[in-house]
Amino acid sequence: MTLSKTSPPPVRRSSVRLARASFPVKARALAVPLAGLGVLVLLIALSLGRGDVPISVPEVVRTLFGAGDEGNYWVIMDLRMPRALTGALVGAALALAGAIMQTVARNPLASPDVLGVTSGASAAVVAVVVLSGSAYGGVSGLVAQAGVPAAALAGGLAGGFAVYALAWRRGLDGFRLVLVGIGVQAVLVNLKYWLLTLGDVNDAGRAMVWITGSLNGRGWEHVEPVGIALAVLIPLTLLGARTLGALQFGDDTARGLGVRVDRGRALLVLGAVLLAAVATASAGPVQFVALAAPQIALRLSGASQPPLIASAVTGAVLTLGADLIARTAFHAVELPVGVITAVLGAPYLIYLLIRQRRRA
Amino acid sequence: MTSTRLSARELRLGYGERLIVDGLDLDVADGSVTAVIGPNGCGKSTLLRALGRLLAPRGGHVLLDGKRIDKTPTREVAKVLGVLPQAPTAPEGLTVADLVTRGRHPHQSWYRQWSSDDESAVTEALTMTGMLDLADRDLDELSGGQRQRAWISMALAQGTDLLLLDEPTTYLDLAHQVEVLDLVRSLHTHGRTIVMVLHDLNLAARYADRLVAMKSGRIIAQGAPAEVLTEELLEEVFGLTARVIEDPVAGTPLVVPISVHHRVPEPVPAE
Repeated sequence: MTLSKTSPPPVRRSSVRLARASFPVKARALAVPLAGLGVLVLLIALSLGRGDVPISVPEVVRTLFGAGDEGNYWVIMDLRMPRALTGALVGAALALAGAIMQTVARNPLASPDVLGVTSGASAAVVAVVVLSGSAYGGVSGLVAQAGVPAAALAGGLAGGFAVYALAWRRGLDGFRLVLVGIGVQAVLVNLKYWLLTLGDVNDAGRAMVWITGSLNGRGWEHVEPVGIALAVLIPLTLLGARTLGALQFGDDTARGLGVRVDRGRALLVLGAVLLAAVATASAGPVQFVALAAPQIALRLSGASQPPLIASAVTGAVLTLGADLIARTAFHAVELPVGVITAVLGAPYLIYLLIRQRRRA
Repeated sequence: MTSTRLSARELRLGYGERLIVDGLDLDVADGSVTAVIGPNGCGKSTLLRALGRLLAPRGGHVLLDGKRIDKTPTREVAKVLGVLPQAPTAPEGLTVADLVTRGRHPHQSWYRQWSSDDESAVTEALTMTGMLDLADRDLDELSGGQRQRAWISMALAQGTDLLLLDEPTTYLDLAHQVEVLDLVRSLHTHGRTIVMVLHDLNLAARYADRLVAMKSGRIIAQGAPAEVLTEELLEEVFGLTARVIEDPVAGTPLVVPISVHHRVPEPVPAE
């Protein structure tokens, strides 16, 4: 290393260059989403095989390529595939929303829950279930199929925009957003509890399953909206990744670098609201995925802010893994996936809080 | 009148209800190091933020190369004018190289994120600040002086002719203050125009070509340190009774405050 004194090596980053395009490549940042995708495929295969009719993984693969049993094909494609895909997509959307929120708020404890999306969706769904339940005698037919997801989407968006509007003051400030969000969330959660007390016990029970976050009985009609939303929102979010990278510094530093801070932050938070609302409409408010997945991805890839793609993949793995546990670990009882993510997430949250306190 | 690329016209600045600067004009002389001095709360940081378009004026405007800075795309401004805010913050786990690479932001786009220009600019910036050997270190591991040099490297990698530094020596001990200001001075010899807010009057006099003294949002005096830093001005601007002697090292004015405990009946005649 004596030579480095006289002519120090330039700052080399491996990069991909193609015509005028150029991207830096960090091995670890690339390895995490790739490895995550591998795990995800494995989990999907396992998930498709487990259930009342057990199908081995090789058989699952054979069936998917059209060489297997017809009955198995029906079980896999009509019953298990939509559930697995809904889980993966919902997890990815929630994690992406979480990664955006944590960077914008510059706080690892921020999540889309703070945006009022999940609490708004919950309150709206409970209202629909409880209020229509007494009139129509139980949740079934149209109310269950279209009413609940529609109410969740409307409630989630309404909650999100309420927080957005109340926090807006010539732009969005991360800290103010979190404070307003916690306030709105408290109001909506209490509204939800009040609505639960109004209804019939059976309706309240049904509503509880939904507000825990569940993938039970999810069909292709649940896959489509999340799939389409992600197909549109993921590329848009990735376009904002550079702005997100600058936002991790103070606003003044980011502005000095020529970033339109207010516009960028407003658009990114809007993206997070949409992602979280669509995900919640599909599977209910699955807890802790949005909080934990970005932080896990962050630590795995050794970055300084939650990496977007790695977060999305981690969220998908987390949700699908939790669902696999939820529906197979307790024999006959199928738990809602939200119970497992909450059980896994709570200790993680405590760990984060302790870590934050040590740093402060 | 010397040529100027950055100037302020009838600038009115404030936060919330409070107006801090009311009707200020300033021309930053090209190729100079200008230090803005003044008591706490006089509006010097506010002025710097406005010059760097971080704060929108209530009235008047800032001109960059003859055009209103608020009408110029912020990215274009960022290619000409770099700003280093006071006590900037960075997330945990960021390396020096990561930070300095961010300085290339205005020159990049979503499909062009790491060109050979970026590479050479970052290497050059790190070489200039002597931070190349520390490029892979975490920012958290560095000493205060090294961290400040890393931030200055980021501003340098931005490749701008004009550089605004808001108290670049805050929280640094005297040795590190000198180290950072020596660096600033060497940037200037490379042709850059620098405006900085400084608290230490003696260092300001030593390292700046021009001083701008502010009080209550107005410019009281500006010019060469020897013209500006007089005993009368210190009394007027800071309410400080002091003697100004010649800095035995640099020949610039040196402020020696007189406190109530050290009242000297007669100034010692200087030879």
